[in-house]
Amino acid sequence: MAKMLDVTNLGISFGGLRAVNGCDLKIEKGELYGLIGPNGAGKTTLFNLLTGVYRPDQGQILLDGRDITGKSTIEINKAGVARTFQNIRLFKQLSVLDNVKAGLHNHHKYSMLAGIFRTPAFRRTEREMDEQAMELLKVFDLDREAEHLAANLPYGKQRKLEIARALATQPKLLLLDEPAAGMNPNETKELMETIHFVRDHFDMTILLIEHDMKLVSGICEELTVLNFGEVLCQGKTADVLSDPQVIKAYLGE
Amino acid sequence: MKSWNKNFKSNCITYGIVIAAFLAVSALESTGNLSSLLKGLLVPLCVYVILAVSLNLVVGISGELSLGHAGFMCVGAFASAFFSKAALGAIPNDGLRFFLAILIGAAFAAVFGVLIGIPVLRLRGDYLAIVTLAFGEIIKNVINTFYIGMDSKGFHFSMKDQFSMGMEPTGTMLLSGPQGITGIPKNSTFFIGILLVLVTLFIVLNLIDSRDGRAIKAIRDNRIAAESVGINITKYKLMAFTVSAALAGVAGALYSHNLATLQASKFNFNTSILALVFVVLGGIGNIRGSVIAAVVLTALPELLRSLSDYRMLIYSIVLIAMMLFNWAPRALEWRERYLGRFFKKSVKEGK
Repeated sequence: MAKMLDVTNLGISFGGLRAVNGCDLKIEKGELYGLIGPNGAGKTTLFNLLTGVYRPDQGQILLDGRDITGKSTIEINKAGVARTFQNIRLFKQLSVLDNVKAGLHNHHKYSMLAGIFRTPAFRRTEREMDEQAMELLKVFDLDREAEHLAANLPYGKQRKLEIARALATQPKLLLLDEPAAGMNPNETKELMETIHFVRDHFDMTILLIEHDMKLVSGICEELTVLNFGEVLCQGKTADVLSDPQVIKAYLGE
Repeated sequence: MKSWNKNFKSNCITYGIVIAAFLAVSALESTGNLSSLLKGLLVPLCVYVILAVSLNLVVGISGELSLGHAGFMCVGAFASAFFSKAALGAIPNDGLRFFLAILIGAAFAAVFGVLIGIPVLRLRGDYLAIVTLAFGEIIKNVINTFYIGMDSKGFHFSMKDQFSMGMEPTGTMLLSGPQGITGIPKNSTFFIGILLVLVTLFIVLNLIDSRDGRAIKAIRDNRIAAESVGINITKYKLMAFTVSAALAGVAGALYSHNLATLQASKFNFNTSILALVFVVLGGIGNIRGSVIAAVVLTALPELLRSLSDYRMLIYSIVLIAMMLFNWAPRALEWRERYLGRFFKKSVKEGK
């Protein structure tokens, strides 16, 4: 069986800087996979390569056996990769519900004229979208805030909404970029449960970047450590975290 | 649930305001209480309302600053007036001819919207504003150089002057450069103007509150995130820009059929800025606000004519007052509390 994500020898340079170099990454379906490394190690760049924000200058990305190397962000999203961002990027002036409905954009369609003339197709589709979006919001305990502006949500809920929006695009692989950044220990604990729940409930494969070691060791099954754009260490979480090379990269000699 | 039902109510209020205004003016007119000054203002009011609402689609909903909106109005005005004059003999029915003229004005403006939108929408922010400004001026100046005439052999065209076209002496000039188009049939009425305002509102309000509108607003709020959920940025930016241009074309058609003489020089930078002033003072992204601002700010300078010297003073004070009313946090709070029923936002703020 093909791996959900199969990255071989991926690399990109910005001018003279080799941001990611010869990266290999293999993730099984349904796995919770962690990507860690010191600041500037190239973690977010790797995410941007996987989602088509940057085009790799070497290597190959296979999603569920399908080559998505060099495709555009939109094509890659349609192929089944959704992501959240390190600095939250919501549609702030839209309601919470509309944020999720924007995520459903490519799964429920009607023409522009149908929208203007409020045809039965428009009504039916909008109702389906509402129902589906509310279901997702319920999962994240956001259904009571459905009509609020996204900008007015508290920080932890904004993070959740971003995950809900990503899931609305019905991905096969979910990329979370530092989901616990800026959260207090309680929120982090709740987030860990949410991530677990998403994996089980949606049968999702999840790749996440995180600095919070408690979260990483708590939920990730396997880890890859990046350092200076290269894979430093890869394997089961417990093994990786006790690897002397990893400790050295994080704590110094 | 059914979020579009909620907005439906708010939209009905907007339509209601327009219809109520129409009825009030009609009542005044039938009782003979309408001054000739005000009568002459009725069609321009509709023109500027349509212009402001269409510009709000680009500035408020799509979040891009466009400074060349008068250019699209210019295209619509000339295309429709040209058609009306050329088809004056062929289609004797005023209503049908004007209807076709409006469609042609909108279509031409939409085509220009696409043609200009494709290169321009690759830019953002200040750069986009400057380039739209340039295109608006280019359209105006290009039309200024056209000479088109019609005789028994068909159309004649020149970019030099009237005499180098080789037209028969019996032929008629349709478009004569800076002199523009003369003798346009005066088809615009207040009733048609109000109908077009309602059609414009219907299109814009329903578009905003649909899947496409959501995509357009999502791009405005966060381009990168919109792309990450699979929304095609170029397609939706272009959609907003084109619909907006087409509606500006409608405004142009209404405008040109209210004048005996149509000159391109009218569609200058000032007109674009005027439309932008309506949008900003009415509240960016607030369609009803655009309608009200366009009416107040078009009518006011005319109604204040009797005050001569103080006219512009009062006009500027009103501008400042409107800005405060729409943007100052205290004023917003006050509005929320006392006028909440009338100005309720479609999305509730956090409790």
